[in-house]
Amino acid sequence: MKPGTYISQPNSALRLYAVLFMAFIYLPLLILPVFSFNSGLYVKFPLEDFTFNWYLALQDREPVFAALGNSIRVGVTVSIISTVIGVFAAKAIARGRLPGSGPIVGVIMLPLVVPGIIFGVALLILMSRLGITLSLYTVTLGHIVVCLPFAIATLLPRFEGFDHSMEEASADLGENGWFTFWRITFPIVAPGVVASLLMCFTISFDEFIMAFFLGGTNATLPMYIWGQLRFPTQFPSMLALSSLIILTSFIVVFLALWMGRAGLPKSVQAEIFK
Amino acid sequence: MTPDDHPMISVRNVDKRFGTFHAITDVSLDIQRAEFFSLLGASGCGKTTLLRMIAGFESTSGGSILIDGQPMDDVPPHQRPVNMVFQSYAIFPHLSVRDNIAYGLRKQKLSRAKRYDMVEDMLDLIKLPGYSTRRANELSGGQRQRVALARALIMRPKALLLDEPLGALDRQLREQMQLELRALQKSVGVTFVLVTHDQEEALTLSDKIAVMSAGQVLQIDTPAGLYENPKCRAVASFIGHMNFFAGKVSRSGPMRAEIEAEGLGRIPVDAGTLRHPDGARVLVAMRPEKLVLSLTPPETTENTMAGTVLTTTYMGERRQHYIGINGKSDPVAVSISNQRRTAMHDLDQGQKVWLSWPDDAYVVLDDA
Repeated sequence: MKPGTYISQPNSALRLYAVLFMAFIYLPLLILPVFSFNSGLYVKFPLEDFTFNWYLALQDREPVFAALGNSIRVGVTVSIISTVIGVFAAKAIARGRLPGSGPIVGVIMLPLVVPGIIFGVALLILMSRLGITLSLYTVTLGHIVVCLPFAIATLLPRFEGFDHSMEEASADLGENGWFTFWRITFPIVAPGVVASLLMCFTISFDEFIMAFFLGGTNATLPMYIWGQLRFPTQFPSMLALSSLIILTSFIVVFLALWMGRAGLPKSVQAEIFK
Repeated sequence: MTPDDHPMISVRNVDKRFGTFHAITDVSLDIQRAEFFSLLGASGCGKTTLLRMIAGFESTSGGSILIDGQPMDDVPPHQRPVNMVFQSYAIFPHLSVRDNIAYGLRKQKLSRAKRYDMVEDMLDLIKLPGYSTRRANELSGGQRQRVALARALIMRPKALLLDEPLGALDRQLREQMQLELRALQKSVGVTFVLVTHDQEEALTLSDKIAVMSAGQVLQIDTPAGLYENPKCRAVASFIGHMNFFAGKVSRSGPMRAEIEAEGLGRIPVDAGTLRHPDGARVLVAMRPEKLVLSLTPPETTENTMAGTVLTTTYMGERRQHYIGINGKSDPVAVSISNQRRTAMHDLDQGQKVWLSWPDDAYVVLDDA
């Protein structure tokens, strides 16, 4: 027998596959940061001198900060609203008393598979029919549609993962439903709530299509980048900006996943995260 | 009306249906003040459902439940004067031991110092002093069980409901906790209602036991009453081992009756207490330890039967021999306690033996 348990024996073919898989996903992404430090104006090899200038140049652009402010405002609002709705939805679904909860979950998860452009166009038509002026509010609405499935997908395992006799025990000890929720349910699912907030913020922060259709004159950060791509001389600065966005997203998503697993019951952790 | 006029918990003609499934059928029972009462039965017999109905987690489909004389029909769980120890213990994982135990005290508006004092008293009671700042996930199974007990008892409930609280513990710990639970109940004087499928546990702990099967109560009695005077075959076979002999009543006068039973021959019974008419088919039930086994023929032929040894099982403190008897299809179990380490205990297969029994060794049951 080779060392290690049967299931954990090394397998070189699988390892190669894993390396190729990761390379396929992340190598293209690496081009952005690599060229953002390149002094040349055009994205082409060989690389020229190493420089921070493109990053420094970002500081002087008013619109970048305006767009960043817009993105953060929309992101924070979206993450809070999506997570609040997600908490109540996940609670209702996990409780199991909801008739037809299977189809309901399906409908809630639908935005994951409906192309963003279709949702964007649909919402745009709806807004114009209703005579609502496009603004950051309409972008926020569109982002909530996009984020809600992620919020519920993040929260549902937490609600399903804990022993419901906890809530019964709380009721047994004299607390009504409201106090039981705040003293027992919410603290137990809190890491999931934080994870959902972070996750929704990232998705909203990076989202382009909804912002494009519903944004009106107020640009979010991805919209701003899109607008600047017309000017070749701006391109390296946009690479720098994009690199910063990728870095921020990675950090936030990592935090979200880490928070999501912290505090889950050990057995549930073992099930979900091997 | 003085408080002692009514039972602490009174279950009256309670029914419970889940859809078409009849989980509880017309159950009535009274649980007295400071009594240790057990609901005993195999899984699926409705015992946990009944306990959850007392706690208020399940509604009743019919009948009513009274706690300390008050009808509980429309009272939600958080307003019932009873507390529960859950099978999984349901210790709140995000709270310390102290906050777990003090959880239910919020509404009493006590000072923090008073609450902490009460918790310390409870920790002494459950023999976990110094554990107040431990986190729930640092506790072992037995410790969780104690914390669950303390958390419920600090509420000074009119009754403590225990849902298979010892089921998750290993055998040694379970036996120790049984003793502690019994001592605790005696010292706090609270009514305990225990749900268990473990007949030994029920016998050890209880003042009264209700044996349940298929949503009905078969018999309510003291442990000794259930063991020595079972009222039906189901109770007789659920608690301990029992030998059954099919028989037929023959009454030969107002004061004389006999039963012609397979293997036993004709045995006399007290005609006054026998409920069955002449010719009725009955079961004679006799516990394995009531039979006396001998290797030589007894001097009288009364209350004896001869047979051959089929198999023997060794059970530590005793041995159970299975004896084949002429005229009876299944073997008769005889239990012999292993009082000596080396004396005559081993019997050869096929060896001829004689069984005898005292006059009061058997009970007569309906043939069902």
